[in-house]
Amino acid sequence: MRSSARVFLGVLAALTLTAGGPFASAARAAEPYKIGGIFSVTGPNSFLGDPEKKTMEMVVEEINAQGGIDGHPLEAVIYDSEGDPTKAVLHANKLLSSDNVIAVMGPSITPTSLAIVPIFEQNKTPLVSCAAGIKITDPVKPFVFKTAQNDILAVAAIYKHMQKHGIKKIGIITVASAYGESGKEQLVGQASKYGLEIVAKESFDAKDTDMTAQLTKIRKEQPEAIVCWGTNPGPAVVAKNVQQLGITVPIYQSHGVASPKFIELAGDAAENMLLPTGKILVADLLPDDDPQKAVLTKYIKDFTDKYKMPVSGFGGYAYDALHLIATALKGSNGDRQKIRDALEKVNGFVGVTGTFNFTPEDHNGLGEDAFVMVRIKNGKWELVKD
Amino acid sequence: MQEFLQYLFSGLTNGAIYAVIALGFSMLYSATKLINFAQGEFVMLGALSLVSLWSGLHLPLPIAFLISVAGVSIAGILLERLAIRSVRVPHPITLVIITVGASILLRGVAMLAWGKDSHSVRSFSSHPPFDIAGATLLPQSLWILGVTAAVVAALHFFYKKTLTGKAMEACAINKRAASILGVPSERMVMLAFAMSAAVGAMAGILIAPVTMCGYDMGAMLGLKGFCAAMLGGVGSSWGAIAGGLLLGVLESLGVGFISSSLKDAIAFLLLLFILYVRPSGIFGAGEVHRF
Repeated sequence: MRSSARVFLGVLAALTLTAGGPFASAARAAEPYKIGGIFSVTGPNSFLGDPEKKTMEMVVEEINAQGGIDGHPLEAVIYDSEGDPTKAVLHANKLLSSDNVIAVMGPSITPTSLAIVPIFEQNKTPLVSCAAGIKITDPVKPFVFKTAQNDILAVAAIYKHMQKHGIKKIGIITVASAYGESGKEQLVGQASKYGLEIVAKESFDAKDTDMTAQLTKIRKEQPEAIVCWGTNPGPAVVAKNVQQLGITVPIYQSHGVASPKFIELAGDAAENMLLPTGKILVADLLPDDDPQKAVLTKYIKDFTDKYKMPVSGFGGYAYDALHLIATALKGSNGDRQKIRDALEKVNGFVGVTGTFNFTPEDHNGLGEDAFVMVRIKNGKWELVKD
Repeated sequence: MQEFLQYLFSGLTNGAIYAVIALGFSMLYSATKLINFAQGEFVMLGALSLVSLWSGLHLPLPIAFLISVAGVSIAGILLERLAIRSVRVPHPITLVIITVGASILLRGVAMLAWGKDSHSVRSFSSHPPFDIAGATLLPQSLWILGVTAAVVAALHFFYKKTLTGKAMEACAINKRAASILGVPSERMVMLAFAMSAAVGAMAGILIAPVTMCGYDMGAMLGLKGFCAAMLGGVGSSWGAIAGGLLLGVLESLGVGFISSSLKDAIAFLLLLFILYVRPSGIFGAGEVHRF
């Protein structure tokens, strides 16, 4: 795999160099800036890593076609962590010691990201992670940034909507996994801030076939809304069971099911469910004055034209990571400390995921506008306006 | 009361699923003394075949059902022919490990064939859920319970009333003696594999509408079915049914009255306890002395 990846990258680099066109002479004169990428390209998390890798390759080509950065072309060095922290550490060391990259983007998931954070702190090289875990940038580490939204923002979006509709008592049902546990922690932690009381807390296993028992228990406590926190297929089973039990209170899902797959699995049981999602899912529904509309439309068009596959929010994390690095690279002359300092000063950067405002205290830099609430209506997404 | 009834319905639905899977384990065990750990994968193959044939190719349900069951039976026969019979020293442990290997292989093949995503199919009948004293029961649950009962009855008839069934039982009691008396024991083993695969496929087809089907659904279901078979007394059809229903109801009462995060722990603790008191399972007492 590794050697074939190298050959592939070599070919890619050659292609991007020749594709340089009018700037080819300038590019030849300047040393390329090497950017590393570590993604879960294969394995169970390939749904994250595969679009991230494809996006990185696409953006590198795009930047080089425009003449690179300060005349330097970009060169991507991508490794596959397979979602394994040990492999991520090996690749991180290799990127820093033998590939001599000046910045790295990825990894795709929280465990691999946390495993390599100390290496980047030690080597004083900027890392822009594409994983969601809040622990990656909290507490803040000088050289570590991330582009994926924290769960806390999704919870805030849900709770704000509840507050607007006068909901006071809620029940929660979460999947027994790292994702569900993190969601539960945030749901419980934030509830009092929005005047909410959690009257029932249940969990389910990712592979459970029936959740009516848990939902019956929640129903007994008479909540005014139910929040389900999980990734497919569990929440789809919950949706079917809610329909079966005739539960009529509003059901909120997490952004973990924000894909057309959820609607396909749950069918008409998904009707009227509410969930927070990154704007990419509903890009065509956004009003024209939305600051992200242009960048979203461009990314979706470029990606689907190039790869002939549907776009996802995960590739967007890589899109933002590389564009952020590219912005910080300008005028840095490849100096790692300068890149880091420039990253920390990024302000009002409009990306696919949201608008980034990095500060010395916040290395995720996203605000609540990174999530919008959507409702499922007639098997389609609908922006929630009320 | 309303809650209790709902927990009971939910438990019976899940329990009937475990029961059909346990039946497949039990049937193969009683004919060959072999625990087939690929049983859960037969369930998965049945469910995913139905997804392709019914939702994908829009075949009528009965035809999709028959083709799926027949296809998975053939997979069972192939497993027996290619992997089990060809073993030179058929030590039980070797054979069990072969079935574990087969389950990993089948899972991998299914991942390539159907992809990593989950799939869902609609219910067999479009009737809305039944409302009984405030608790709801899905029509599909009745399908599961009904077909399970029919399969058990058919198996009972097969073992007790037909010559082939009796020959299979004879083969299970003493393979050598049976073959001296003219029972084609190898063919009986093959038939047992085909039948247990078919029962597994039926379980998969029945549960497909209530849950989501994916290439990795077999492992957990196989494990629960195995527990149910052990609980009821492996080798006994009635034991498999009783064990499955008991496990399902215990799980859902555990969720309802104790905690959903301890769901599996409660069920498995009770399993340990029952096996401690009755090591051969609830219905297994007579079986132990048979050999």
